[in-house]
Amino acid sequence: MKLFNNTWKLAIAGAIVGVLAALLAFFGNPANMAICVACFIRDTAGALSLHSAAPVQYFRPEIVGFVVGAFLISLITKEYKATAGSAPMIRFLLGMIMMIGALVFLGCPLRMVLRMSAGDLNAYVALIGFAGGVATGTLFLKKGFSLGRAYETKKANGMVLPIALIILLIIGVATGAYAASTEGPGSMHAPIAISLIVALIIGVIAQMSRMCFAGSIRDVILMKNFDLISIIGALFVVMLIYNIATGNFHLSFSGQPIAHSQHLWNILGMYVVGFGAVLAGGCPLRQLILAGQGSSDSAVTFLGMLLGAAFAHNFGLAGAAAKAATETEAAVAGGPATAGKVAVIACIIVLFIIAVTNKRNLKRGQ
Amino acid sequence: MAEFIEVDVRGLSCPEPVLLVMDAMDEHPGETIHVIGDEAHTRTNIEKTLKYQKKDFQTEQKNGCFEITFQA
Repeated sequence: MKLFNNTWKLAIAGAIVGVLAALLAFFGNPANMAICVACFIRDTAGALSLHSAAPVQYFRPEIVGFVVGAFLISLITKEYKATAGSAPMIRFLLGMIMMIGALVFLGCPLRMVLRMSAGDLNAYVALIGFAGGVATGTLFLKKGFSLGRAYETKKANGMVLPIALIILLIIGVATGAYAASTEGPGSMHAPIAISLIVALIIGVIAQMSRMCFAGSIRDVILMKNFDLISIIGALFVVMLIYNIATGNFHLSFSGQPIAHSQHLWNILGMYVVGFGAVLAGGCPLRQLILAGQGSSDSAVTFLGMLLGAAFAHNFGLAGAAAKAATETEAAVAGGPATAGKVAVIACIIVLFIIAVTNKRNLKRGQ
Repeated sequence: MAEFIEVDVRGLSCPEPVLLVMDAMDEHPGETIHVIGDEAHTRTNIEKTLKYQKKDFQTEQKNGCFEITFQA
């Protein structure tokens, strides 16, 4: 932990992750997706045929790398601790909800920042929603929201997810049994070894720096602490430089890759993610890292995200990307269909119910 | 009444531990506060908060848990 013990060192951690994300984009990952956790869990769900949306199926080694990187470094630093029991089903639900919100907007908080750095104004609009969601969640935290304690469990219990992901990756590579997109974002990826190695490094850095997108805004609101947001700020700056240098920076609402300009739904989608992430104690990336360092509650949140991604595509909840008109096809405005809009509203209602019904009940013994 | 206020943050998700510690400081100014917790990042967060508040504290590591003692 000593490595990242003050604000500027944390900013360096963010900058390194930015460089690594740019590296993956350079080697073939979709440009402003790079290491989007929601996108990659969705692609992984597709690869395992939990949904059958053809353009978004690929077993992303990055997801394996994030979890396993955090797992290995926490074993080395002795921070690994197998815990479980803090309202797992509510966390499962929060995972699903976060994923549905993210897929309506088309990206997790990490991709929102990456899209912002590429000049995608839709992501700036979504940031309003995300910050609003984090603020709402923080308000409930102040009022005593709690999902209760996790307790230490069998050491092996916390190892199930990291090991299962490694085995799934090996099976995928060895047999080619998983679905894989031939076009669309799922078909764009860096070579497996590069993806895995880079993601392992990101997993290590994210574990040591406690990088969290929801936490960064939450800490500013709650205790005027700028540690976590400095990581995100540095990540943003590095990606901004990368995008400008490579000619990928276009300041506009339209013509952005895999995005739409339904402002209300961008705002509400990310509102859901921000709110859900604060209630769950971390953004999608942070959940993967916590799952790696032994939290079964976060592993369950991951499973919720996986199922949420499957639902989002099986039942048409995810937002569609906008497309300009071509000679053969009319322009598509994109955004969520009716089912997606209903789902977002339902998610917001469920979040409020969860926030109101789970109060801290701790005896602070005197 | 014991001589110190005990705040048990074991197993709680971020940022609850820090919130509980801050609450305890507000409610019991001047008293000795004893925080017991188990996650490394929780420990870092609480220590940072105390440093920002310019509080002297002592941390002890005991069988997988940490204990931070300070004067509110």
